[in-house]
Amino acid sequence: MNSMKVINKKNILILIVIIVFYAVAQALINNGTINNFYEITLATICINIILAVSLNLVTGFTGQFSLGHAGFMSIGAYVGALINMEMNSTSGFLAGILAGAAAAAIVGILIGIPTLRLKGDYLAIATLGMAEIIRVVFLNMDDITNGAAGLNGIPRFTNWMWLFIFTALTIILINNFVHSSYGRACISIREDEIAAESMGVNTTMYKVMAFAIGAFFAGIAGALYSSYFYFIKPSIFGFMKSIDILVIVVFGGMGSITGSVIAAVVLAVLTTFLQSYSELRMIIYALLLIVIMIFRPQGLMGTKEITDLFKIVKKNEKNQ
Amino acid sequence: MKKKTFLSLIAVLTMTGLFVSCGTNKSNNEVANEVVNKVEGSGNSGTDNSGEIKIGINFELTGEVASYGQSNVDGIMMAFDEINAEGGIDGKKITAVQIDNKSDPAEATSVATRLMTQEKVVAELGPATSGNFMATIPVAMQNKVPAISASATADKGVTVDDKGNVNEYVFRLCFNDSFQGVTMANFALNNLEAKKAVIIKDNSSDYGKGLAENFKDTFEKSGGQVVSEEGYVSKDKDFNAVLTKIKGKDFDVIFIPGYYQEAGLIIKQARDLGIDAPVLGADGFDSPVLLELAGANALNDVYYSNHYSSLDQDPLVQEFIAGFKERYGADPNAFNALGYDLGKYIADAIERAGSQEPEAVKDALKSTKGFRGITGTFDMDENHNPVKSAVVIGLKNGVQATSVKVDPK
Amino acid sequence: MNQFLQQLVNGISLGSIYALVALGYTMVYGIIKLINFAHGDVYMVGAYVGFAVTTYAGIGFIPALIISMLSCALLGIVIEKVAYKPLRNSARIAILITAIGVSLLLEYVMMYFVGAEVRSYPKLLDDSVLKFGNIIINIQQIYIVFTAIALMLLLQFVVKNTKIGKAMRAVSADRDAAQLMGIRVDSTISFTFAIGSALAGAGGVLVGIYYNSIDPLMGMMPGLKAFVAAVFGGIGSIPGAMIGGLSIGILETLVSGYGNSMYRDAAVFAFLIIILILKPSGILGKNTKEKV
Repeated sequence: MNSMKVINKKNILILIVIIVFYAVAQALINNGTINNFYEITLATICINIILAVSLNLVTGFTGQFSLGHAGFMSIGAYVGALINMEMNSTSGFLAGILAGAAAAAIVGILIGIPTLRLKGDYLAIATLGMAEIIRVVFLNMDDITNGAAGLNGIPRFTNWMWLFIFTALTIILINNFVHSSYGRACISIREDEIAAESMGVNTTMYKVMAFAIGAFFAGIAGALYSSYFYFIKPSIFGFMKSIDILVIVVFGGMGSITGSVIAAVVLAVLTTFLQSYSELRMIIYALLLIVIMIFRPQGLMGTKEITDLFKIVKKNEKNQ
Repeated sequence: MKKKTFLSLIAVLTMTGLFVSCGTNKSNNEVANEVVNKVEGSGNSGTDNSGEIKIGINFELTGEVASYGQSNVDGIMMAFDEINAEGGIDGKKITAVQIDNKSDPAEATSVATRLMTQEKVVAELGPATSGNFMATIPVAMQNKVPAISASATADKGVTVDDKGNVNEYVFRLCFNDSFQGVTMANFALNNLEAKKAVIIKDNSSDYGKGLAENFKDTFEKSGGQVVSEEGYVSKDKDFNAVLTKIKGKDFDVIFIPGYYQEAGLIIKQARDLGIDAPVLGADGFDSPVLLELAGANALNDVYYSNHYSSLDQDPLVQEFIAGFKERYGADPNAFNALGYDLGKYIADAIERAGSQEPEAVKDALKSTKGFRGITGTFDMDENHNPVKSAVVIGLKNGVQATSVKVDPK
Repeated sequence: MNQFLQQLVNGISLGSIYALVALGYTMVYGIIKLINFAHGDVYMVGAYVGFAVTTYAGIGFIPALIISMLSCALLGIVIEKVAYKPLRNSARIAILITAIGVSLLLEYVMMYFVGAEVRSYPKLLDDSVLKFGNIIINIQQIYIVFTAIALMLLLQFVVKNTKIGKAMRAVSADRDAAQLMGIRVDSTISFTFAIGSALAGAGGVLVGIYYNSIDPLMGMMPGLKAFVAAVFGGIGSIPGAMIGGLSIGILETLVSGYGNSMYRDAAVFAFLIIILILKPSGILGKNTKEKV
C-alpha cells in the first residue's frame, strides 16, 4: 500500500525509536551506568555483529562456505590503523575505515573470482588458505606492519557513536541487499546453484558480489577494531578468529540477520562472563557450544527473523 | 519493503539493548560473588576492604601462549602465599583477582579495564607477552593504576611510548630486547670470536623479532656478518629443512631468538644433522624443559643470557629453587622466577608506599632502589626499566657450567 | 645434490606425519562428510595417553601404542555418539560447529589437568642416526614412513576387500539406500570413527616419540595441515591422503630449504589453491556430476 513511500508515519516512528535507543545508551554511558568495562563489551558486540552479518551474507544467504573472514578483517584493520596513525584525526579515522573497507573488497574480488568456482569444503579450505596467506604477508611486511611485534599506539577514535552508526548501517544495507533482486539471486544460488544458473542467474557474478560486500564490511569491522583496541598484530587474525565469526553465524542461524545479532550479543556476554573462570572458561564455553548445537542445530533463529515472530502474533490476533 | 527493513532493525536494536543490560548486570553480580568466594577461600577474615589488598592478575591462562602466562602466575602465587603466610603487608593479606585474557590483546584490554574500574585493584600484574601488555597500557594510563609486566621485553611501546615519553604508570622487571640482543652479539664476537652467524628466529613472536634485530645490528656493526636469517613459527616441531639449508653454509655460531619449546628441538635436530657450531640464545632458553627436549648430549656449546644462574650460591636463589621444586614438583624457568619477583616486588612497593593508593604505589615503584630479587638486584631507571646485570650461561652436557656476568651500559 | 636428497628425506618424513593424521581425517570425512576438527585433538589425546602409560606405568612401546589406539578408538566412538549422532540429519555446518566445540573441549580439558607446558617423551625407540654418504637418516624417520605406508595399505585393504569395508563404502555412497539394504548404518559409522581415531592415537604416540615434545595444543596445526593434505589428495580417498600428506611435507621442506622459510605456510596454501582451481576435487578426488 504505502510501502512505496519512504517517508511515512511508520518509518518516522521507527527512526525516532532508533535515535532514542542510541541516545539512551549514550546517556547511560555518560552517567556511568554503562562504565568503561561494559563499553568494551559493547564495542566487541558491535564489531562482532558487523563481522557476523557480513559473513552471513556470504555463508548464510549465498551458501558459500568461507573460513577466511578474519583475513578481510585484518586488511581493514591494518589499512585503517596505518592511515589513522598517519593522520591522527577524525577525518583520518573515517578515511581509514573507507580505505580499509575498499581494500578488503578489492582483495575479496581478486580472490573471489578464481576461488568461488570451488564448492563446499573445497571452497572452505581455499578461503582458509587465502586468509593464512594474507596473515603471513602482513607478518613479513616488516617495514610497514612492524611484523610480529604489531602496530602499537593506534589512536582511539572509535566510540559508541561510530560503532552504532556503522553497525546500524551494516544491518540496514545488508538487509536491504538480501531483500533486493540481487539478494534473491544470491539466495537462489544457496538453494540450488544449477537451477539458478539455468534460470539465467549469473551465479559467478552474484557470488563474487556477495563475497566483495562481505569483505567490505569485514574491512569496516577491522578498522573499527584497530582504532578501539589500540594494538593489532597478525596473530589476532588467525584461523581461530574466522572460526569465532563462523560460530556466531551458525549459532544465530544461517540466513538470519537478527539471529547473527542476537548470537553476537549472547556470545560476547558469555565470553565476558566466563573471564574470571580462568582455565575453566574454555571448557565451559566448549560444552555450551556442543549442547546448544545439539539442541538447536538450526541455530537460535533458523532462517527466521525477529520480525517474523511479530507477524505470527498478528496473524493469531486476526484469527481470534 | 522499506518498512520491513526498519522494523527488523528496530527489533534488533531493542533486543541488543535488552541483552546488554540483562546480560552484563547478571555477570556483574556473578563476578562479585566469585571474588568474595575467592577471598573466603583463601582464609581471609572477611570481605572488608581494609583487611585485604587486591592485586589484579591479567594473564594468558588459555590460548596460544598460555604456557608463559601460567608460568608467570605460578611464580606470583608462590610469592603471594609466602607473604600471606608471614602475615601479609602491614597485617593485610594480599588477594589476587585472577582473570584470564585468552592470549588475546582485545581481551587483555577488557580484563585490564575490569580490574582497574570494577575490582578497584591496587595494581595490575601482567600480561606476560609484550603485545598483550601494550594493549593494557592505555587503560593503565587512563585509570592511573600501575601496571607491571615481568616479561614484556619489547624496546618500544612498553615503558616508553613511540614519541619517547615515559608511560608514568607502566613498569617492567625484565631486560629489554636490545640489552640481551647486544649482549649476545658481543659475546659471540668477543668470547667466541665468531665472524659469521646464522639467525633462526621465532617469527611469530615480538620477542624473537626484537632480539634478532638487535643482535644483527650489533653483530654487523662490529664487523661480523649474518650469513642467513631463517624463521619458524611457535609450535613448529620439524626444523630439518632449515637446518639442512644452513648446513651447506659457512658460519661460526647460530643465534636462536625464541623460547625453549622450539629451541630445544632445533638444537637436538641440528646436532643430529651434525651441526656442531655453538648455539646462542636469550632468557627464553631458561627452562628445565630445554634439557628434556634436546637431551644432554646435544646441549654442549650452548650459551644464553639470563637473569640469574642456578649455580649462584646466594641463599635467596637457592631457597627459591628448592621452594619452587617442593611446591610444583619441577625446576623453575625464567618465567617462574620473574613471576615470583613480580609478586615480591609489588608487595615491597605497597609496603614502602604505606598505602593502597595506586598513586602512592606508583611513586614507590618508581623510586625503587636496590630491590633484591631472584632475577637480580636492581634500581628502577627513569624509563621504568630495571637496571640489572645479565649472566651469560654456558651449558655442558645440559648442565650449567660457566657463567659470565655482563653489566648494563 | 646431496642437499637436495637430504631435503627430500626431511620432506618425506614430515609428509608421512601429515599423512598419518590425514588418513583418519579422510576416512571420517568419507563416511559422514564431516570436517572433523576434533581429529587433531584426538591425536593429541593419543600422545598424552602414550606418555602417561610409559612414564607412570613404565610399559614398553608396543603395549603403549595399543593402549593409546584403544583409548582413542573409544574416545572417537564416544564423541560420535554424543556429539555428532544427534545432528546427523541437520545441516552439515551445524555438526562442524559441534566439532569445533569438541576440539576446544579436548584441548582445554587436557590443559586443565596437565597444564600448558610442553612435556618430553620417554625414550622408547632407538634414535640412532644412519649415514649414507652425506645423507643423514634417523631410524625413527624410517619407522614413521613405513608405519604410514603400512597403515595406508591396511586401510585400503579393509575398505576394498572386507565386509565392513563394503558397508562403509555403501554408507558413504548413500546412507538411506544402505540402510534399506540391511546395513547397520550406526555401527558402521561407529566403526569408522573407531578406526580413524585409533590411527590418530598411533600417530600421536609416534610423533611424540619422534619429536620428543607434546603439549595440549599440539593437535591444532597438524589437524589443519592434515585437512589440507586430505583436500589436496582428494578428500575421502585413502591413497589421496597419503599423496596429499607427502606433497605438503615435501613442498614445505623445499620452500624452507630453497626459498624463504618465513613464507613456508603461505606458499603451501598458495599451491593448494592453484591445485584446487586446476583440479577442483583434489588430485585423486572423484568428480561427481551434479543433478538438479
